[in-house]
Amino acid sequence: MSRLIRLDRTGHTELASWTADDGASQEAAVEAFRRELEEGMLASATMADGTAEVVRELPLDADLVVMRRPIAGG
Amino acid sequence: MEAGVLAEAAAMPWRRRASDQSLRREGRTWTLWSVGVVVTFGLPAALLIWIEPLAAPVSAIFLGHGLAVLHLQARRGARGVKPIGAATDGPERTALGLLGDLMDHGSRDLLALTGLALQPGRLGAWLVGQEGAILVRPGGHRVHCFCVRVGEAADLPPGDRVAHLLLALREDEEGFATVANRNFSGAAWRLRWELPARARPALGRARAAADA
Repeated sequence: MSRLIRLDRTGHTELASWTADDGASQEAAVEAFRRELEEGMLASATMADGTAEVVRELPLDADLVVMRRPIAGG
Repeated sequence: MEAGVLAEAAAMPWRRRASDQSLRREGRTWTLWSVGVVVTFGLPAALLIWIEPLAAPVSAIFLGHGLAVLHLQARRGARGVKPIGAATDGPERTALGLLGDLMDHGSRDLLALTGLALQPGRLGAWLVGQEGAILVRPGGHRVHCFCVRVGEAADLPPGDRVAHLLLALREDEEGFATVANRNFSGAAWRLRWELPARARPALGRARAAADA
């Protein structure tokens, strides 16, 4: 089960979850992902080796995709 | 946008991208500056004692000013990073849970103990806090302190702030160092003095990781 989550005031919110064989859940996840991008969030896909990758399209093969806010120099 | 480049760094084309070389250069500049402070305050103090040994207390005050400048700079670096405290309520616990999931077992324990997240990288070993990060350079002797935070973070629990920075760092380490503002670079022992006692073991672990 893959998850799309957003870091927010509640700690985090699960926006969608999907599996490889469930097209409807994938479509819902893609839609939720686009909505977040339109609101200015950035997407980070966590890879199996512990690295993260900036993504502009929802990688359906990723286990975890996190929507985060932009960072800035303090 | 170039693949693998931090979006925030790509939005700042006027800023030269940080690299191993640029950090080395910055480190040298900070060392020169520190030597300059010591010479500026130390030389007249020594001269004064040479001219009039009875003026030693005045020399000591002068020299103390110089040491205070160096001390304050390291303190600024240490205070910028802001370790997270113990989780108290629901959102904080939820945020810490996710942050823990993003880290390996050893780093998770260190986070619980010190409030800082350890992330090894190509430029060295990073310690990430709520509003900044410390980079321990390979060899473990020099540190760079960065001020960097989530743009609109007022409503975010501390664990989420660290998770934001950690993800950005993992996405593009050099981009992260480009976006962040520098507030100190110097010997690791200088920073250690200024860190809260709870956070010091994290610096030790990061030094060991950077030296490995």
